[in-house]
This record gives sequence, C-alpha cells and structure tokens, in this order.
Amino acid sequence: MTYLDANASEPLRPEARAALLAALEAGANPSSVHAAGRAARRILEAAREDIAACFGASPAGVVFTSGGTEANALAVHALRAGRRLVVGATEHDAVRAAARGMAVVPVDRRGIADLGALAALLAEGPAMVCLMLANNETGVLHPVAAAAALCRAQGALLHVDAVQAAGRVAVDLAALGADSLAVSGHKMGGPLGAGALLLAGDPAVTPLLAGGGQERGRRGGTPGLPAIAGMAAAGRAAVAGLANQVRLAGLRDRIEAAAVQAGAIVAGAAAPRLANTTSLALPGVRADTQVISLDLAGFQVSAGAACSSGKVASSHVLAAMGLGALAGSAVRVSLPWNAMAEDAHRFVAAYLEMAGRLSRRVA
Amino acid sequence: MIERPNRPIYLDNQATTPCDPRVVQAMLPFFTEHFGNPHSAEHAMGRFAEAAVETARGHVAALIGADPREVVFTSGATESNNIAIKGAARHAAQSGNERRRIVTVQTEHKCVLEAVADLAMEGFEPVILPVRPDGTVDLATVRTALEAAPTLLLSVMAVNNEIGVLQDLASLAALAHAAGALFHTDAAQATGKILLDVEAMKIDLLSISGHKLYGPKGVGALYVRRRPRVRLAALFSGGGQERGLRSGTLPAPLIIGLGEACRIARAEMEDDNRRIAGLRDRMMAGLEQAIPGVVLNAHPERRIPGNVNITFPGSDAQAMMAAMPDLCVSTGSACSSAEVEPSYVLTALGLSYAAAARTLRIGIGRFTSPSDIDAAITMLARAHAMATPQPSEACPPPCPR
Repeated sequence: MTYLDANASEPLRPEARAALLAALEAGANPSSVHAAGRAARRILEAAREDIAACFGASPAGVVFTSGGTEANALAVHALRAGRRLVVGATEHDAVRAAARGMAVVPVDRRGIADLGALAALLAEGPAMVCLMLANNETGVLHPVAAAAALCRAQGALLHVDAVQAAGRVAVDLAALGADSLAVSGHKMGGPLGAGALLLAGDPAVTPLLAGGGQERGRRGGTPGLPAIAGMAAAGRAAVAGLANQVRLAGLRDRIEAAAVQAGAIVAGAAAPRLANTTSLALPGVRADTQVISLDLAGFQVSAGAACSSGKVASSHVLAAMGLGALAGSAVRVSLPWNAMAEDAHRFVAAYLEMAGRLSRRVA
Repeated sequence: MIERPNRPIYLDNQATTPCDPRVVQAMLPFFTEHFGNPHSAEHAMGRFAEAAVETARGHVAALIGADPREVVFTSGATESNNIAIKGAARHAAQSGNERRRIVTVQTEHKCVLEAVADLAMEGFEPVILPVRPDGTVDLATVRTALEAAPTLLLSVMAVNNEIGVLQDLASLAALAHAAGALFHTDAAQATGKILLDVEAMKIDLLSISGHKLYGPKGVGALYVRRRPRVRLAALFSGGGQERGLRSGTLPAPLIIGLGEACRIARAEMEDDNRRIAGLRDRMMAGLEQAIPGVVLNAHPERRIPGNVNITFPGSDAQAMMAAMPDLCVSTGSACSSAEVEPSYVLTALGLSYAAAARTLRIGIGRFTSPSDIDAAITMLARAHAMATPQPSEACPPPCPR
C-alpha cells in the first residue's frame, strides 16, 4: 500500500515517536507542583520553546490546542473583537466555518489571493483577515507577507492558517508580520491531537475553552502532553529537513508530467506551490471514481480535504479558481516526508493505467 | 534516613493517572503504522482508522450504558464540559427557549464554574449552590433553586476531584427533569471508578476525561442523549466532524487509547475498587497511628475509595510537600499551579483558611502498591514532624494562607 495523502495526515516521524513515548512515560499532570508534575512541565515548556523557535514566535505567544481546527477557531474567537471578518476564498472549512457571514477575498485562476481585492475590502472598515499560507488541496502559496503589510497599513488584523505550510516551507510569524498563526501536529509528522496558535505580542485572549487557567488562562484543560511533545519534535525535524522538499518536488514533477501527458490538468500549476502537493483534474471523470480505482490499486490519495467522513463534495477551492467544470474531477496527491522515488514511479504507472481506462469510457 | 525510592511515589491519581501499559500498546500501532486520517473514507488506511475509532466509541458507550451514537469525542473533560454547558444554553437561546437559569454547585471543577460565568455575560443566570460540610449537595436546596425560576440546566459533578465525594446523580436528574431542565454531570473523576448508567440515572449530558482513567491526555468524550434528543450548539466549527458538534480531525490513536481504557475499566472496576479501598484503609490506619489528630475531610462513605483528603493537625501542607520530594501528592486540584490560595472546595465545606492550608489530597490508583502506601505513611509522618512549628521557636513561621 502506498500512502500519498500526507495533507490529510503525515506519517509519524521517528523523532516524534520518541518524544511521544517519553512524554507518555513521564505521565504526570504538568500543572502539578510535585516532582513528577514539574518533570511533565519541563517537557511542555521545552515543546513550547521548540514550536516558538520553529515558527518565529516567542514562547509566551504559543498556545497549545487540540489541533489546527481549534487553533483557527481560537484565533478568530480571541482576536476578532467585533471586527468584520475577511477570509480567502480557498480557506479550509476550519476557517470558513469560524468566519460565517464574512467578506471573501477572491483568488485568481492560479489560485492566488487577489491582494487588490483585499485592499479594497480593507478600506471598508476595521477587519480581521484570515488567509492560509498554503492551500490544502492545491498547495498554492499565498502572498501572506504582502497581505500582512496591507493589513498593518489599514489597522486590520491578520490570522494565518499555516497548517499545511508549517514544516514544508519556512514559516516565520515575525517575518510575515501577521498577528497570529495556526499549526497542526499531524500535518508535520507529529501525532494526531495537538496543534498550536502562535500569537504576536501578548494580546488579551478570551479562551474558547474556559477552564482551570492553563496556558496562561488562554486555553483551559490539561494539555495533551504526549501529542504536544510529539508535535514539537516533528516540527523541529521538519524545519531542520526543509531541504527534503526539493527532493519531493522532483517526485511531484515526475507525477505531474506523466499525468498531463495522460490528459490531466494541474490546478494551480502556474502558482508558487508546496513541493509535495498536486491537484490532478481528469476532465469528465468523477473524482470519487478515480480515488476508488487508485485505492483498489493500493494508492491512498484523496478527492479533496479529509473532513467529515464520507463527504466527497466537489472542491470549493477549484471552483474559486474558476475551474468549476473540473471541481468534481480532481484528485489530490500529497507526498509524505518519507515518500520514495519508487512510490512516485509506481503511482505514475497506476495513474496512467487508470486514466487510460476511465478516460476512454468518457470518450 | 529512609532509602530514597528509584522513582517518586505517585499518589496524585486525581490530577492524572498513569497511562495503563495495555492502553499504550493499543495506541502505538495507530501512532506509527496505522496513521491514516480517520476521515479519509476514500482509502483503506483512512477506513481502518475509522473502524478502530468506532470500536473505541463502542467501548466508551458500554462503560456508561449509552448507545455509541450518543458519544462525541473531544480533547478532554474541560472541552466536554464547555460544549455541554455553553452548547445547551446557546442552543436553547437560539431556538427561542425563554429559560435562562443554570444551576450548579460551589465545589464543581473550575472549568464548569468558568463556563457558567462566561454564560452570565451572555444573559444567562447562573446559580451556584453551597454544599453541606460533608461535601454532598442538599436535594431540597437544589429543588428550591430549580423551582425559583425557569431553569435550563442543572450541572453537578459525579465525583469531586479534591474530596472524592459522590453526588446522588439519579435524584438530581429526577429533580432537573421535574423542573423541565436538562441534567449534566462532569464525570471526569467518576468514569471507570463508579458504576454509571445514563439510562438508569436519566442523565442527559455526561463528560469523560481520558487521562483520569488510565488513558492518554488530550482526549475525552461527551455523552449526549438521543432519546429524548438533547440539542447543543457547537463551540467551534470546521470540517463538521462528530455530526457537526465537534470539528477537527479525530485523534484516532488517543481515541483508541480512551476506548481501551474504558474497556479495561468496565472489566476491572470492581477488583480495582476493592484493592484500592484496602490500600485506602491501610493508609488511614497508618496515618492515624503515626499522626494522631489527622482528619479525613468530606463524607466518610459516599466517596470513591481512591481519594484521601486529609487535614493534618500541626503543619502546613506546602511545607510538608517540600520536605518529601519523593512523594507526589497535592494541596488542591492540579490546575494553574501558580495559585497559592486555599482550595475553594475545602472552604466550601467550611474549613478555615488555616485548616485548608494544612490539607493534602492523596490519590490512590490502579498501580499503587501496599509498599507505596507504607513508604508514603513514613514520609508523611516525617514531613509532618519536620514541618510542624515547635513551640520553642522564637519567630513563628509566616501565616499560611
């Protein structure tokens, strides 16, 4: 079985496994004042420093959460303070749902947020902007630093969903000039069940989960230490190994070249993108048919975001790019950190076989 | 000088429990080889993780007598309590329900009290009831509060985290329903420790924590009754997982750990309780002999066997803890550790600040051995003697707060 669905969840990195097991072993509640509690607290605070160092934040600005969705929700809940929400058209549901009744920043055909449109929206009044760094379906990178400059000039806040970008491109909250940034452990090769919201400065935060005062009163509940420690180790390993992305880009390019020859269209091909992600649309062939066919051949890919179970809706991301006709025909191939040339090679063979068989049926 | 143990002796099982090795074994393959996203229903690895999550949901449901469809996974009991309390209140308000009163108790976990405090700012009317000196809530007081104004929700914890007291859930649920209110219970300390049956007890909402029953940290569950259906507003939205009530990728390994912890608890609860009660009796007998004048706080029988909350006659609890670095016990609940204020749970029982400052919580668990208890008694007795101010001292130590 070949796993090519890293954007749903990355395989656990060995560094993360070791940290996870050590934290499970440590066991105690990091809020306890006895020796065992203090040992757990040291693991928690070391993880906080690691995550801060990985992504250009201060340790005091790191709030641990249960994952990327909670981190995004907390950002909007904590920082919005009555401002109008302005979100990118291709944001993840975690942001789109948190920002109901929002203004939308359109993307161009390449999938890139239209900064002219953003500037016009910002002129309309105090806003909080949510813009993802990298799209989960196409891997398209948005010009977040430029958006941050626009926001600052207009007194708007900017929250960045960096769930897919963290560990795959350099991400630095301070350099971006954004107000907050969300990361997720399992998208960096850490375990499921941990994420973090990184805050610039020290804004007052009303917690989403009211509780016992943990995370300096910004997030109640006993921190999920094993998953948090695993996330920090994964983040460190991913950031130290960013050069691996060059290797993955080579594999991705091989897959795309073959797919295009077989009649596929690569969504977002003209934009700067993550190295590991490609969205391959095969005109006239339903995405779920392709995914099932590839699944039977032993390849794990997806028809879009992996969210509510069983949902294979047509992609709002491709629709926003003006590729509505292809929105129900795209599969996402996302290479995990440990993908090998052999995996790409065998996937190409399976894809060509599938495309030949299914496209003929359409024709 | 007693010999130092290899590791500290851990008697703080209400703050958190060690992960059962069987739970770790159950989780590990899902952290490593079976790492699929359980929502990736389109491929085999996703479906494998999803199937394991559903098996775990069955184990959680079975432990409390629920239907698996009534179990929603969360990041822990704090989140479960927030969803239950805020979710019930906000949904009711959004659907035109005029009831605004939310009744709870002084000795609830901080997250319940904070959640109802948040709701006060949204126009709801929290009522916080006192408890009796033994920690139990007076049913007549509850009835009066429920009848005084149209009440939306009664929330009373099943087992207190500091003093181990059991509340009468079935009677409380009956009172809530008679008043047309929902009944929620924070069962973080109760799940796997006492028999819970949401059907027999007529509970509408029940919060569960993984790491309080030998499961992992970072996972919990909320029971939400289906018949009659209890409706809740989500705390946050997103991918629409857990039928829209709790968005975010389900942490499959942690959930599988929680499921295994529930399966083990269901099979072994009786044996655990019998053994732990024996250890508790050994602890009490040993302490009463070594330190005459120790007092067990709260109700002597209506409590879980694993909790011993004791006020010492002579010395400050913090000073005792400092004098016994190899024994892990606590002076209150393990939340924001910086707080040096007396426990609000103890003062709610009527303890003076001075008595509360001389009080320790000792939490006995599944992995506590008789020799741990004996060593702990020795350490406590020595620490008490060392930390007790001597009458001959020229300067009294600073007044403990």
